[in-house]
Amino acid sequence: MDRRDFLKKTAATSAITSAGVAAPAVWSPSRADARSETLLVVSESGPNNLDIHGVGTNVPGYEVSWNCYDRLITHGMKTGANGLPYYDRDNIKPELAEDMKLGDMSATFKLRKDAVFHDGTPVTAKDVKWSLDRAVSVGGFPTFQMKAGSLEKPEQFVVVDDHTLRIDFVRKDRLTIPDLAVIVPCIVNSGLVKKHATEKDPWGLEYTKLNTAGSGAYKVTKWTPGTEVVMERHDKWVGGSMPKLKRVIWRMVPSPSNRRALLERGDADVSYDLPSKDFAELRNVASLKIVSTPYSNGIQYIGMNVKHPPFDDVRVRKAVAYALPYQKIMDAVLFGLGKPMYGRKPGAPTEVAWPQPHPYDTDIAKAKQLMAEAGHASGFDTTLSFDLGFAVVNEPLCVLVQESLAQIGIRATINKIPGANWRTELTKKTLPLYTNVFSGWLDYPEYFFFWCYDGQNSIFNTMSYQSPAMDKLIAAARASAAVGDKATYDASVKGFVDLAFEDIPRIPIFQPYANVAMQKNVDGYAYWFHRRLDYRSMSKA
Amino acid sequence: MLQTALKRIAASVPSLVGVVIVTFLLTRVLPGDTASYFAGPAATPEAIAEIRQKLGLDQSLPVQFWNYIGDLVHGNFGLSLTTGQPVVNEIAARLPASAELTLAGLILALVIALPLGIVAALRQGSWVDHVCRVVATAGVSLPVFFTGLLFVYAFYFLLGWAPAPLGRLDVFASAPPTVTGFYLIDSLIARDFATFRATLAQLALPAITLAVFSLAPIARITRASMLAVLGSEFIRTARAAGLEPSTIVIRYALRNALLPIVTTLGMVFSFLLGANVLVEKVFAWPGIGSYAVEALIASDYAPVQGFVLAMAILYVFLNLCIDLLYGVIDPRVRIEA
Repeated sequence: MDRRDFLKKTAATSAITSAGVAAPAVWSPSRADARSETLLVVSESGPNNLDIHGVGTNVPGYEVSWNCYDRLITHGMKTGANGLPYYDRDNIKPELAEDMKLGDMSATFKLRKDAVFHDGTPVTAKDVKWSLDRAVSVGGFPTFQMKAGSLEKPEQFVVVDDHTLRIDFVRKDRLTIPDLAVIVPCIVNSGLVKKHATEKDPWGLEYTKLNTAGSGAYKVTKWTPGTEVVMERHDKWVGGSMPKLKRVIWRMVPSPSNRRALLERGDADVSYDLPSKDFAELRNVASLKIVSTPYSNGIQYIGMNVKHPPFDDVRVRKAVAYALPYQKIMDAVLFGLGKPMYGRKPGAPTEVAWPQPHPYDTDIAKAKQLMAEAGHASGFDTTLSFDLGFAVVNEPLCVLVQESLAQIGIRATINKIPGANWRTELTKKTLPLYTNVFSGWLDYPEYFFFWCYDGQNSIFNTMSYQSPAMDKLIAAARASAAVGDKATYDASVKGFVDLAFEDIPRIPIFQPYANVAMQKNVDGYAYWFHRRLDYRSMSKA
Repeated sequence: MLQTALKRIAASVPSLVGVVIVTFLLTRVLPGDTASYFAGPAATPEAIAEIRQKLGLDQSLPVQFWNYIGDLVHGNFGLSLTTGQPVVNEIAARLPASAELTLAGLILALVIALPLGIVAALRQGSWVDHVCRVVATAGVSLPVFFTGLLFVYAFYFLLGWAPAPLGRLDVFASAPPTVTGFYLIDSLIARDFATFRATLAQLALPAITLAVFSLAPIARITRASMLAVLGSEFIRTARAAGLEPSTIVIRYALRNALLPIVTTLGMVFSFLLGANVLVEKVFAWPGIGSYAVEALIASDYAPVQGFVLAMAILYVFLNLCIDLLYGVIDPRVRIEA
C-alpha cells in the first residue's frame, strides 16, 4: 500500500481519489529507483517454455525469446501510421553481426567481437552455426518457419572463421534475409547447452526450456510457470543501446477485469490482451495511454468450403459477401478497434498491397438476387463455426452474421469449438462456414497468398480453394520478387488480389488491432511483427 | 485406533485404482487434439505428427496406459505441456497455496458460523436466527467469482484498503524460505514479520470470499443439529438438574451436535479445495484449481490426471481424518467400529 501511495505522489497516476489516506512515502530512495527501473507487465497467460525451439512453445514464450536472445540481424524502426515506432520491414540492421555481405547465392556475416553470452563466454561463429543447425533440425514450428525462408539444412551454414559465418542459399528467395530476423533463428550459447544435452535430447531442449542461454538484453532469473516471470538486464549486452529497464516482472492475472483495475489504480505498468470493450473504455482514462496498431499481414475473415455445395457456387459466396453486417461488427463487436477490410469505393483501383479492402458491402437486396440466381431462393441450412478460445470477438461476431444471413434465407446454426480442438477441425477442412484469423510474421502479399490461397492446399487454405490461374499468379509474384522484377511483381499481386475478390472463397472483414494499455510514464513501446513487447526500447519516466 | 486407520487405508486402494483408470480414459475421450494444439498456429501436418510422436500419442491406448502406470510407479506424473514443468513439482508447489487459502477461508467461516448457528438455535426466531438465515441464503446464492470481483472492486479499486489482487505476495516482496509451503507459517518461522503482514493482506480478500461461500452450510447444519440435540431428553434432564446453561450448551449439547458438523466440514473442505478455481482465477492465486482448469482447456492430459489423483488421495486422507475424529468426539463410534 505504501508503494501505491508513493506512486500517487510521484507519478501522478491517481485517477481515482481513494479513501486510502496518502501517508508519507516511506521508501528509501534506492527502492524508489528500483520501482522506476522495473516494469510490471500483467497479462492473461505466460510462457510454457523459455526456448522458441522447444516442443509446443506458446506465444508468450516468444516474448521471452525475443528479449533474451539475439539474432544475427534485426529490423530498424520507422514511424507508424499512429505516430509511434513501427518495425521497418525493409530496413535490416545488424544485431549480433556487425556486417552483412549479400552475394548472389550466399550471405556472409561478420560477428561482433565484443558480444558475450549471459554467462560471460564470447559469442562465436560456432555458436551461430550450432543455433541455426538446431533451428532447422529440431522439427515442428521452428523448422517450418526456417523453411519459409528457404533455410532447410545444416549444410547451408558454414563457419569461415571464429567470427565469420556464411549462409548458402538453396534457391533465390526474397524471404531468406527477413526470415533471419524473425524470432526463431536466435543464437544460443552452444557450449553451455551442450553440457546439458543428452543422447535422447541432443539439442539440450530440456535445459533451455527452463533457462535462458543467450546473449540477449535480458535473462530470466526467476520463472514460476503460470504465475510469474522475472527478467534482469544483461549488462554486457552489445546488440543495441543499453536498455533503461533493469528488471521486468511479468505477472499472470487471468481475470481481465482485475488487469484493468490494476492498470487504472496505477499498480501495473503495461497490459495487453484485454477485451475490445475495455480498451475502448480505457481510452477515456486520463492516466493511461492506449496504443492500437493493426496486425501486420493479418485478417479476420469468414471462410467457406468451396469443395462442397452450396458454397462451391461463386454466386452463393458473393451473396454471403453482400449479406455480412460489416459495419455492425465494427461497432458492436470491436468498438471501432479494427481496420475495415470491406466496402472499397466503386472504381477505386486495386493496390499492390495486402491486406486491402474488398469491394463488397452490406446489400441485402443484391444478396437475395444472387441467391435466387443460384437457385437458392428459399435458402438452405448450414453451420457457422468459431474458435471458443477467442470467444470475446468470435461469439458476438457470429451471432451478428447468423442474424444477417437469416435475412437471405441462410439458416446457420452456430457451432462453438473449444480452442484445443479448433486446429484439428480446421485441418480436416470439412467446416462449411467459419470465422478465423490468419496473420503472417513476414509482411509480404505473396507470403500470405502462398499459404492461404495456393492450390498446394496448405492448412491455412482453410477453404480448400484451388485455381490454376491463382497458382500461376502467386508463383509469378514469388519469382519476380526474388529477382527484383517490379513490373511483373506488381501485375501479379494485383492479379491475385483481384482474383481472390472475384472468386471470394474467404471474405475479409477487418484487420485486428494489437492493443496495449500502459501508464502515461511508460515510454518507448514499439510495434513488432510478432506483436509482443520489446522491453529493450521501453522506459519509465 | 491404528488398526482402524490401516483398515480404512486398505479399503481406499480399490477406489484409487479406479480413479487412475477412469481419469486416464476420460482424458483420452475428451475432444481436442493435444498435438495440433501445441504445434501452434503455423504448423504443417508433418509438424503435428512429429509432436504427436514426441509425446507418445501415436501409440495405442493400452500401450499409453501401460507407460502411464510405469511412470506412476516411479513417482513420475508426467510433464505439463502448458507450463512445461513436471506435474509432481507443480502440484507440490501449488497445493500449499490452495490449502493455505482454503484453510484460512474455512477457519474464518468456522469462527463466524459456529457461534452464529449455536445462538440461532438457542434463540429461535430472534434477530440472530434471521441474520443466520439471511447469511446462509446469501452465501449460497452468490457465486464466488461475483463476491470475489465485488470485493476487489470495493476494497481494492474504490477504497484502496486491500493490496492489488496479484496472488500470494506483492510483486516487490519475496517469498519466505520454504518449510511448509504455507507463507503465513513460513514467514513466522523465518521471523519475517513484514512478509507475514504482506501475506495476510494478500490472503484477506480471497479468504473472506471463500468464507462467505462456506459459511452457509456450516451455520445451517450447526443450527439444525443443535436444535435436534437441544430438544432431546438428556438436555431436559440436565436442565432439570439445574446445570449451568453454558455447561449444558457447550459440554453436552455441542459435543453431541458435533458429529454432523464435522462431516459437513470435511465435505466443505474437500469441495472448496477443488472448487475454488474461480476465486483463484479472480485473485491470480497460483493454486491447484486454476492449474487443472487451464490444463483441461488445453487438453493437457498429464496435469489433469495428476490433479485428479492428488485430489483423490487427499479425499481419502481427509475421510480418514474425519473418521478418526468421530472416535475422538464420540467414543460410541470407536467401540462400534
